[in-house]
Amino acid sequence: MAASTATATATLPATAPAGAPPSVRSRWAPYWQAAPLTAVFLVFFILPLLATFIVSFWNYTEYSIEPDFKIQNYIDVFDKCVSGLPDLCTTFKTYISTLKFCLIVWLSTLVLGFTVSYYIAFEIRRPTTRLILALVCTIPFWTSNVIRMISWIPLLGRNGLINQMLIGLGIVRDPQDWLLYSDFSVILAFVHLNTVFMIVPIVNSMSRIDRSLIEAAYDVGATGWQTLTNVVIPLCKTGIAIGSIFVITVVMGDFITIGLMGGQQIASIGKTINVEISYLQFPIAAANAIILLAVVMMIIAAMVRFVDIRKEL
Amino acid sequence: MREGRSLTFVVLTAIFALYVLFLYGPTITILILSFQGPDGGLTFPMNGVSLHWFSNLFQGIGVAYVGDAFLRSLELGLLVAFLTVVISVMAGLAFRRRFRGANILFYTAIASLILPSIIVSLGIALEFRIVDDAIKALGDNYGIEWIQDNFQTLVGVFTSGLGAHLTWTLPFGLLIMFAVFNRFNPSYEEAARDLGATPWQTFRHVVLPIIAPSLVGVALFGFTLSWDEIARTSQAIGAENTLPLQLEGMTTTVTTPVIYALGTVTTAISMAVILGAIAILILVQRHRARRGSDAGKGLV
Repeated sequence: MAASTATATATLPATAPAGAPPSVRSRWAPYWQAAPLTAVFLVFFILPLLATFIVSFWNYTEYSIEPDFKIQNYIDVFDKCVSGLPDLCTTFKTYISTLKFCLIVWLSTLVLGFTVSYYIAFEIRRPTTRLILALVCTIPFWTSNVIRMISWIPLLGRNGLINQMLIGLGIVRDPQDWLLYSDFSVILAFVHLNTVFMIVPIVNSMSRIDRSLIEAAYDVGATGWQTLTNVVIPLCKTGIAIGSIFVITVVMGDFITIGLMGGQQIASIGKTINVEISYLQFPIAAANAIILLAVVMMIIAAMVRFVDIRKEL
Repeated sequence: MREGRSLTFVVLTAIFALYVLFLYGPTITILILSFQGPDGGLTFPMNGVSLHWFSNLFQGIGVAYVGDAFLRSLELGLLVAFLTVVISVMAGLAFRRRFRGANILFYTAIASLILPSIIVSLGIALEFRIVDDAIKALGDNYGIEWIQDNFQTLVGVFTSGLGAHLTWTLPFGLLIMFAVFNRFNPSYEEAARDLGATPWQTFRHVVLPIIAPSLVGVALFGFTLSWDEIARTSQAIGAENTLPLQLEGMTTTVTTPVIYALGTVTTAISMAVILGAIAILILVQRHRARRGSDAGKGLV
């Protein structure tokens, strides 16, 4: 849609009798208009990625990093990963742990986000109510993530509200320790923080679905479930893909949620990089970052094969 | 009404209600706990009700640098919001036409949005380290005393930190501008041009007023994204912390409800900023609607 509008407007200056100077000027207009954006991405995104790639081949000592070209950093990352099989090396273990969180959080946010989106988009008839409910889902996003994470502590802790309740109801006898600083609390916090990234694009996709298609499905005798799987889901798969990419990349690179909610005990690849940076081991951190980048790109490439993201704009 | 809809509706309403409870419950918990009495701890039960932890917060006990971090975050957020609006609008205008590299620029923006923040953050830190080292080497090699005496680093809140935030806010700004210009009717501009307006006059008097409400939205997005940002700034900001970074550090060291008081205060500020912006938006639109109706009467 963006492309077609762009083409439509692109022909305008040529047909408009604007006189010679403006048309000459306007031919260059997009370039200086896009220049600040280009500059920011060049200096703070492209060059940094390039720097990361280059430094991943550098040497480092306790005090400094030195230009070099060696693949030792990459060898260190995968130390004993193949020779040590069937035992898993640290890197493989860390990736499996990270991917495990990724998969669970992705599935949870997808199911929850889809259900909530479906409710907002299809069960609510009045546009105003729909807008209000969508707002209700995004308001918590307005406060700091750290605050929202620590707000689980009084609920999940050993003396927390949930333990008090469980004991009070006689469901358990002793306080449960697995509620906080565990895989459970990490996943809970991820779902809490990231479901909104699923809801927004899926609601957006769903609101574009022509209601008569759903009526038609019912008219030809489809059950609610058949309509859902054959009409609704295929028509909002772009929204699902956008939300999924967002959630997956956030979880893959995360070190804050896993650190805070996991009691600094749970391994993730983002946390590994963060720890290496804090010990000033920049080259090996860079090597790890490049590998993470490759893994994330592969996941994204696999996902965008199914959808055209640009169509959604 | 189809058969069975009511049951689906009830189940989905229940799920939605639980989701909202899940979303708001924890935040409300710390809101309540921040009014814990002086002898109260980090969990229930409440040991009296007081403003003790708020006064504790404002006296700065145990959290001495919060005020500085707060101001720094505020200044950075406002600057990020302003730059996000200006750069996004310019880029939005550019993307209405075809230009070389448009696709690459678009996909770069998307990539910046979805690459894990730790990678971007590390990259910026490394880039600035390399530049710092190069400048120092330059000073040493050519005996430039000013560099040798004064130069420490280019890393800072308003250099590398600002850049890190912009890589996060600009893709959002750009996507919003796409949505805005998709709905923009170019015949208004044509009319202005036909009346002899220069490109700048057309932009200033026609385009800008029409898109102004969306720009409040872009600014708001920029500010809130920056205000909460941690992952991109974590390595890229140098010695001084922003508020979220300070908060993250405090979670491991502060073991009194003062941290909940801080949570309540920062949440209140976020809400105030956003509600303020929405109020401005509504006022602008009302004002416009009123003027619009005047114009209508004038015509008739």
